[in-house]
Amino acid sequence: MEKRVIFKHKLLPYILVAPQIVITLLFFIWPASQAVYQSVLQEDAFGLSRTFVGLANFAYIFTDETYLRSIYVTIIFSCSVTAIAMSVSLLLASMADRAIRGATTYKTLIIWPYAVAPAVAGVLWYFLFNPTIGIVALYLKIYGYEWNHSLNGGQAMFLVVITAAWREISYNFLFFLAGLQAIPKPFLEAASIDGASPFRRFWTITFPLLSPTTFFLIVMNVVYAFFDTFGVIHVITDGGPNYATNIMVFKVYHDGFLSLDLGGSAAQSVILMIIVISLTVVQFRYIERKVYY
Amino acid sequence: MADVSLDNVFKTFGKTEVIHGISCDIQDGEFIVILGPSGCGKSTLLRMIAGLETITKGDVSIDGTVVNRLEPADRDVAMVFQNYALYPHMTVFKNMAYGLKIRKMPKAEIKRRVEDAARILEITEFLDRKPKQLSGGQRQRVAMGRCIVREPKIFLFDEPLSNLDAKLRVQMRLEIRKLQETLKITSIYVTHDQVEAMTLGDRMIVMDNGYAAQIGTPLDVYERPATRFVAGFIGSPAMNFLTAVVSADGRQVHLHRDISLTLQNGGLPGHGGQKIIMGVRPEHFVLGQAADAMLHLDLDHVEILGSDTLAYGHLGQDKTQVTLRLPSVYHFKKNTVLHLDIPSKNLHFFNTDTGQRIEMQA
Repeated sequence: MEKRVIFKHKLLPYILVAPQIVITLLFFIWPASQAVYQSVLQEDAFGLSRTFVGLANFAYIFTDETYLRSIYVTIIFSCSVTAIAMSVSLLLASMADRAIRGATTYKTLIIWPYAVAPAVAGVLWYFLFNPTIGIVALYLKIYGYEWNHSLNGGQAMFLVVITAAWREISYNFLFFLAGLQAIPKPFLEAASIDGASPFRRFWTITFPLLSPTTFFLIVMNVVYAFFDTFGVIHVITDGGPNYATNIMVFKVYHDGFLSLDLGGSAAQSVILMIIVISLTVVQFRYIERKVYY
Repeated sequence: MADVSLDNVFKTFGKTEVIHGISCDIQDGEFIVILGPSGCGKSTLLRMIAGLETITKGDVSIDGTVVNRLEPADRDVAMVFQNYALYPHMTVFKNMAYGLKIRKMPKAEIKRRVEDAARILEITEFLDRKPKQLSGGQRQRVAMGRCIVREPKIFLFDEPLSNLDAKLRVQMRLEIRKLQETLKITSIYVTHDQVEAMTLGDRMIVMDNGYAAQIGTPLDVYERPATRFVAGFIGSPAMNFLTAVVSADGRQVHLHRDISLTLQNGGLPGHGGQKIIMGVRPEHFVLGQAADAMLHLDLDHVEILGSDTLAYGHLGQDKTQVTLRLPSVYHFKKNTVLHLDIPSKNLHFFNTDTGQRIEMQA
């Protein structure tokens, strides 16, 4: 049964929820509606004139090859980031779950990268792989591999994926570890008495029981790769070379603030908004239900 | 089917020793119950046999082979866990088939075995359900089914009935015993419930704080408890303990200055003058005549159970509390005095310091 609180004063409940409502309106609803509004306008670069153009901005971006390319790049990028961040963190978490000695230190160390700001993480990896002064680039060169992510699109993608995934591993690690520790030990003991090897126990018992965590993290990681990696891209590649790392959120920024195509940029934001809303719906609607065993 | 042998088995967690050297030979097909209060190490001992806990010292052998270093998978044992530990994401069928699939058994054979077991346990209609759709008793059957299909050398039970309600517990207890008699698979069963231990086991190991206080048949343990702990643990209501002093010739015991009992047989000749503990089970008191009764009990409280009557009272100057159980119904009034006799053969004596049983001379 729902518990209803009865307030004596009629206004009090509204005052109590007001801060939350104000913040939502001010920082979410207003900018979002502005974006929707701007997406149907064409505006000159100085903001002096604007014309209503209907869905022309949307029609345009879907014929724009750089936009279609950025969708493709975003898919590659977010899938790689999610795959790498998820698999590495699951591996680390299952090892931490077994560790007896030094477990606390180990866990603390793995959580550190999450405290590093995306831009700082970007700078860090940028220096490591910098073709002129980067130590990793130097060693690659010694072993005969020419590294220059400012020229090679594939290498640039690899670098931003690694950087973005590196930060997310800490986050995933925490959730996976908590998920692993929540699995009652008798399940695994029963499986080992049933004759399952550790590897088999992991895939037939642990992994399925971890599915709520895994599904949650997939959504979180995709959202992260879509929206929170702007700093990484901005610092390391600036979307280049030749748009090889030009993910959608970066293109919004680039088109809006550098190319001053406010209408087109707003249309792109609206599309991103639709994506994030649908991801959230998926998470709330399906995943919460699906993962029950 | 196999025999199991424990040879001076120790277990230490960190610096705490929890099992202090237990030895026991379990025959092929025997049903052994490990009984003890919580924290006595009985589950640890079972888990050591299963391979879920390492063995600090000593040997566990199955069929003559030392299995100390074998993984649980290689010991060919099956176990029913206290919370059943059914895999929540698998159907009942898959739960039961899991161990067989790992052993790469042909599909048809798996199907046959699971269906056979399901028929025996009457869970055929639940084969497609997930564990959370089952009641406690049904889950319990599935957990047993998962063991039966494997046809293992040994069944291990870790308090399997403790999560069931009283009625179901009695029913499942009977079924487990029947099943074990049919399959004749060596079984080791851990419980803290003395009724389960008395009814299920061919023999029982009564554990006290990491030691095997007594190993014997249920009746043996009831009639001749090896220590004061066993005497107090087995039997409900618990045995009465009275401090007593043996007379110089060992023919009498003095409970107080005012109460003396004459031992009708050989007595305790080796213990003349010693302080000992005398134990009497509540059900072994006999109502006597005022004139020649051994004891006179001041009644404090009476509980009529229908089949029996429980009477609580105190004895003598220091008011030692005594419980007695009398068959059938008695309407005693409070504060009356009951005149009691105890057949000499029903007296138990224990060493005050060690708690070890002292035998009377025949």
